Amino acid sequence: MKKQGIVTLAAMMALSMGLSGCGGDGNNTKNATGNAAAKTDNAQAESTTGAGGSGKAEKLVFWTFVDAHQKFMESMADSWNQSHPDKQIELEGTTIPYDDMHTKLLIALQSGVGAPDLVDIEQSKFPNFMKGTPQLVSLNDILEPELGNIVKSRVEIYSKDSTYYGIDYHVGATVMYYNKELLDQAGLNADDIKTWADFETAGKTMLEKTGKPMITFEGNGNWSWWPAISQQGSDQVDKDGNVTVDTPVNVQTMQFFQKLVKEGVAAVAPGAGHDTEEYFGYMDSESAASVFMPFWFMGRFTDHMPDLKGKMIIRPMPAWTEGGNRSAGMGGTATSITNQAKNPELLKEFLSYAKLSKEGNIQIWKQLGFDPIRTDVWNDPAMKESNKYTDYFGTDIFDTLLSVKDEIAPVNIREISPKVFDAIRNEAIPMIFIDMADPAVALKKVQDSLK
Amino acid sequence: MQQQINREPALASKPRNRLANSQHLAPYLFVLPFIISFLLFFAYPLINAIIMSFQSVLPGEVTFVGLDNYRELWNTDFADALYNSSRYTLFTLLLLIPIPLLLAVMLNSKKMPFSNFFRSTLFIPALTSVVVAGVVFRMIFGELDGALMNSFLHLFGISSQRWLYSSELSMFALLVLASWRWIGINILYFLSALQNIPSDLYEAADIDGAGTTTKFMRITVPLLKPITVYVLTISIYGGYAMFTESYMLWAGKPSPQNIGLTIVGYIYQQGFQYFNLGFGSAIGVTLLGITLAVSMLQLILTGMFNKEE
Repeated sequence: MKKQGIVTLAAMMALSMGLSGCGGDGNNTKNATGNAAAKTDNAQAESTTGAGGSGKAEKLVFWTFVDAHQKFMESMADSWNQSHPDKQIELEGTTIPYDDMHTKLLIALQSGVGAPDLVDIEQSKFPNFMKGTPQLVSLNDILEPELGNIVKSRVEIYSKDSTYYGIDYHVGATVMYYNKELLDQAGLNADDIKTWADFETAGKTMLEKTGKPMITFEGNGNWSWWPAISQQGSDQVDKDGNVTVDTPVNVQTMQFFQKLVKEGVAAVAPGAGHDTEEYFGYMDSESAASVFMPFWFMGRFTDHMPDLKGKMIIRPMPAWTEGGNRSAGMGGTATSITNQAKNPELLKEFLSYAKLSKEGNIQIWKQLGFDPIRTDVWNDPAMKESNKYTDYFGTDIFDTLLSVKDEIAPVNIREISPKVFDAIRNEAIPMIFIDMADPAVALKKVQDSLK
Repeated sequence: MQQQINREPALASKPRNRLANSQHLAPYLFVLPFIISFLLFFAYPLINAIIMSFQSVLPGEVTFVGLDNYRELWNTDFADALYNSSRYTLFTLLLLIPIPLLLAVMLNSKKMPFSNFFRSTLFIPALTSVVVAGVVFRMIFGELDGALMNSFLHLFGISSQRWLYSSELSMFALLVLASWRWIGINILYFLSALQNIPSDLYEAADIDGAGTTTKFMRITVPLLKPITVYVLTISIYGGYAMFTESYMLWAGKPSPQNIGLTIVGYIYQQGFQYFNLGFGSAIGVTLLGITLAVSMLQLILTGMFNKEE
C-alpha cells in the first residue's frame, strides 16, 4: 500500500513537472525569460523543485479590452526583462470585453479589492474614474520630464487638478482617407482640396461623374461632427466642464454637413456608424469616395476592407478657413496604474518605458499602427519601414502626419462628457442625419436637456 | 427499519448526539445551503442597494443625500424606460401565453405527426445565448437591402426599413426576438401541465358529445390555470427585467432617442456607464416596487390568494 502511494506520488510529480515544462516551451517563444512557465504552475513548481522563484520576478496584472494592446504590453515586458535583469517583471495580461472591463474596474476600485496593477481605460469612460477621489496613481514624476516631447493634450485629457493619471497610446489625429481610384475617375486630385468649400465643389463633381457620394458621415456616432468642430477650436464641453453643444460654430458645422447630405455629396453611413460591419462592406465595394476618421481607423481598412488595398491614400482634412487646422485628435485609451498596485514605483518605470520611451513609441506604430504620442519619432526612419499599413496606404503616411503636427487642438473631457457624448450620439445626430431635423433645434434640445 | 428501532434507545443514552439527529434540526440543515446563498447573494445586496439608494456613492466619498436620488427619477429618460419596459411586458404577455398554450395543445395531441421533432426544435432557441441571438437578430433587422427582413419586405413590394431607428419597428424586432426565444420554454411548462390532466375527463366529455373547442375551453384552459398564472408571473418579471436583448440589438451602444431603453438598461447606464451607483440603486429599488405591485395585482386578480376558500 505504502509503496503504491509513493509510486503514484512520483508519477504525479513527474507528470506535473512535465506539464509545466511543456507550458514553458510553448510560451518561451513569446516570453523570452521563460517566466511564463512559472506563471501557470507556480505553486507546483516551487513545492516540487524548491527552486521555482529563482528570477524573483515582480508579478503585474494588466487588464485591457483590446487584444492587440495586451500583445503589445507583453512584448514590451519581454524587452524590459532583457534590458533590466535586476528588475524582472512577470506581466499577466487579460483582455476583457470593453463594457465588462470598465464595469469590473469601477467596482474593484470602489470596493478597494480586486483591481489590476496596470489597466487600460478608454477616453470616454475616463471621467468616471476621476469622480470623487481618483483611485489611480499620479504619473507626474514620469510625465513631467517628457512633456516637451509628447503631444501634451494626450495626457491632459487624463488629468484632474494638474495631476496626470494616464498615458495614451496614440494621438488619434483625424485624417482624410481618399479612394484615389474614384477620385481619378472623377478627374479630381486630393491635394487640390484645401478647404471644406473646395471639398463641396469636388463632391459635386464626384456625384456628377460617378453618381457616388464623396464622403460619409456617422448617423449615430461622434466621429464626424466632433473632429470638425475641434478643427475650429470648438468642443462639446468647455474647459470648465460647461456643455457647449449649441454654440454658433457647432450649429453651423452641423448645418453644413446636413446640407452635404441633402445635396447627395455626402451619405449617412450604413449601420449608422463608421465602425460597423455594414459600413466596412459598403466602403469595400467602393460606394463612397472618402471618409475622415482618426488615425487608428487605418486598422479597420487593413483588416476589414481588403479590396481597397493600394487604392486608399491618407491626406490632411480640409480646413474650414484658409490656413486653419487640418486635423483633430480623437479617441484614445489611457494606461493607468491603480492605487491597489503593490509596487507602483516599478510600474511607473515600466509604464514610462512602454509608452513614453522612443523604443516604446516606435513599437506602438509597428505593432499597433497608431500615431504615437511622441512626435520626435514621427520622422524616425523606422516609420517608413514597410509593414501592413505602408503596404496598404503607401509610405507617406507620416509625411501627412508631420504636416498637421501643430494643427491638433486638445479636446476637453470632463465629468459630464459621457452624458454629453451619449446625448449627441443618440439624440441629436440621428435627429439631424436620419430625420433631417434642423441642427439648431436638435442641438438646442440636447443643450437644454443637459442643464 | 429493524436497525432504526434498535438504535433508538442507544441514542437516548447519548443526549449530545440527540441534537444532531433530531428530526427538528434536519429540515433546517437541508435548507441551510439555500438560506445561506439567499442571505449572501440576495438579501445582503438588496439591503445594501436600498441603503445605497439614499447615498451618493463615489470612490472615497460616500455621503447620505436623503431622497435626492428618488427625486432625480422624475425625468424623461426614466419615463421612456418605464414606457418601453411596460409596453414590452404587455406585448410579451399577449404573445407568450396564448401562442405557447395552443402550440402545446397541438404538440400534446396524438394526431400531431413528428411531435417530438417539433418539441425539440421549438425548445432549441432557449438554449442559445442571448448574446449570439442578439447579434444574429441585429443582422436580420439590418437597414441594408440585403438584410433578411428587408429582403422579405421586398417580396411584397415594400421598400427597405430602418428597423432599429423607429420606436414601433424596433419594438417589433424585440418582440420577434422574445417570441423566438421564449415560446419554447413556455410550451414546456404547458406541456408538462397538460400531461397531468387525466384523460378520463376528455373521455367523459366525448361521451357527453363535447366538441374539440368545448373540450379546450371547458377542460384544458381551466385545468391549466395554475400553470398559466405561473407563466404570467414569470413573464411579467421577465418583461420588466429585459436588458440583454435590447443591449445586443443596438450593439451595446445606447439606442437612438432611447427607443430601446429599458428600466434595467437605465440602471446599467446610470450605475455603470455614468458611475452613479446611488442613483442606479434608486432605479433598482423602484423597479422592485413596480414589479412587486404588478405581480401582486395580477395574483389578486387571478384569485391566487384565496385558494384555500
